[in-house]
Amino acid sequence: MARIVAGIACSHVPAIGAAIDKGATGTPYWSPLFAGYGPAREWLAAHRPDVAIIVYNDHASAFSLQLIPTFTIGVAADFPIADEGFGPRPVPPVIGHPELAWHLAESLILDEFDMTIANEMAVDHGLTVPLSVTCGQPAAWPFPVIPLCVNVVQYPPPTGLRCFKLGRAIARAVASFAPDLDVLIYGTGGMSHQLQGERAGLINRQFDTAFLDGLTQDPAALTRLTHTEYMREAGSEGVELVMWHVMRGALGDRVTEVYRHYHVPASNTAAALMILENRSAA
Amino acid sequence: MSQPPDYDSIPGTYVYDAARGRLGYALNMFCMSLNQAENRASFKADEAAYLERFKLTPEQRRCVLTRDWLGMLKVGGNIYYTIKIAFCDGLTFQDVAGMMSGVSKETYGKMMLAGGRSAEGNRFKSPAEACGAAGTPSPGSDG
Repeated sequence: MARIVAGIACSHVPAIGAAIDKGATGTPYWSPLFAGYGPAREWLAAHRPDVAIIVYNDHASAFSLQLIPTFTIGVAADFPIADEGFGPRPVPPVIGHPELAWHLAESLILDEFDMTIANEMAVDHGLTVPLSVTCGQPAAWPFPVIPLCVNVVQYPPPTGLRCFKLGRAIARAVASFAPDLDVLIYGTGGMSHQLQGERAGLINRQFDTAFLDGLTQDPAALTRLTHTEYMREAGSEGVELVMWHVMRGALGDRVTEVYRHYHVPASNTAAALMILENRSAA
Repeated sequence: MSQPPDYDSIPGTYVYDAARGRLGYALNMFCMSLNQAENRASFKADEAAYLERFKLTPEQRRCVLTRDWLGMLKVGGNIYYTIKIAFCDGLTFQDVAGMMSGVSKETYGKMMLAGGRSAEGNRFKSPAEACGAAGTPSPGSDG
């Protein structure tokens, strides 16, 4: 049977992707951030999954305001790289895992999560930057990916609790998939940041640290944070952190934090990367 | 009409909610069109003519043509969309964030390097701010 072996929390700032694409990761500005990514890449090279589920948000790339699905799962064989307004990132196309993706879609819907199913979907920096951060610049991504897209662009996003419950349902669905697969799940976005208005640039290290601690130790308490609390404490775009609850919910109660990296600033954002190994039996 | 949302008490923040969604749809869909290279070229060649394709209000047109980034948010712009105009201009998120918060690129960059804008003193509007500024917009009398 398939099992979820670990979760990765990773911020997905577009400027991080640009730094990689332009070969600027060794500059004084970027090197402290990228130095902290090294151990995560080593962990991933030693714990290569058979497939990864990446929970991310689209940034007006595949979805416009014309249709705003709250949860979308990509079931395609491959996903092209989106042009977000400055040309597509020069990274390999993302290869899907249709068999598991369709199983997830069916299982989740029958488990009362009304997923939108995407047969064609371009993916943007929300998904590709965490891949670049953890895999570097390979000619092809080292594992297939199932994109799971969450609306955080039009208020309100789904609640943290709803996201956590979706993670629980993903764990049930994976556990009922017969092939013997190691599944990795990414929660992306965050941490504290605000891109808009006179308050742009807000960073809250204290909030972020407590969130990282709580994700391991008491995720249920974190699911009670309201959207207004995220926006007030972690900036208006800090509400992206609800997506980390999907990842955490998929892991079960017992996890071990095996790596943490936190750096300010990545452009306007507090960037974090954390790896949690799943200690709960499926 | 329900009570004003509690996030209206956050200063300098324009939550893209139902009210702003009703104001900003056409403006943001114009921005969405800039995902296509040929549209970016058409927009750059003649901005005013390109905007005729979209049903923008006069104030929305003014904000786009004068690159009034903060103004765009006040007339329903969503930052994930309006940033695409900035990308057309060769600007970054950090450039635009500095302009929205009213400081130079250098000052903003230094603030971020020093750990960003503190949440201390920035959680709630002052009494004066609470009377105006980034409050809930009024999409119309039927709202």
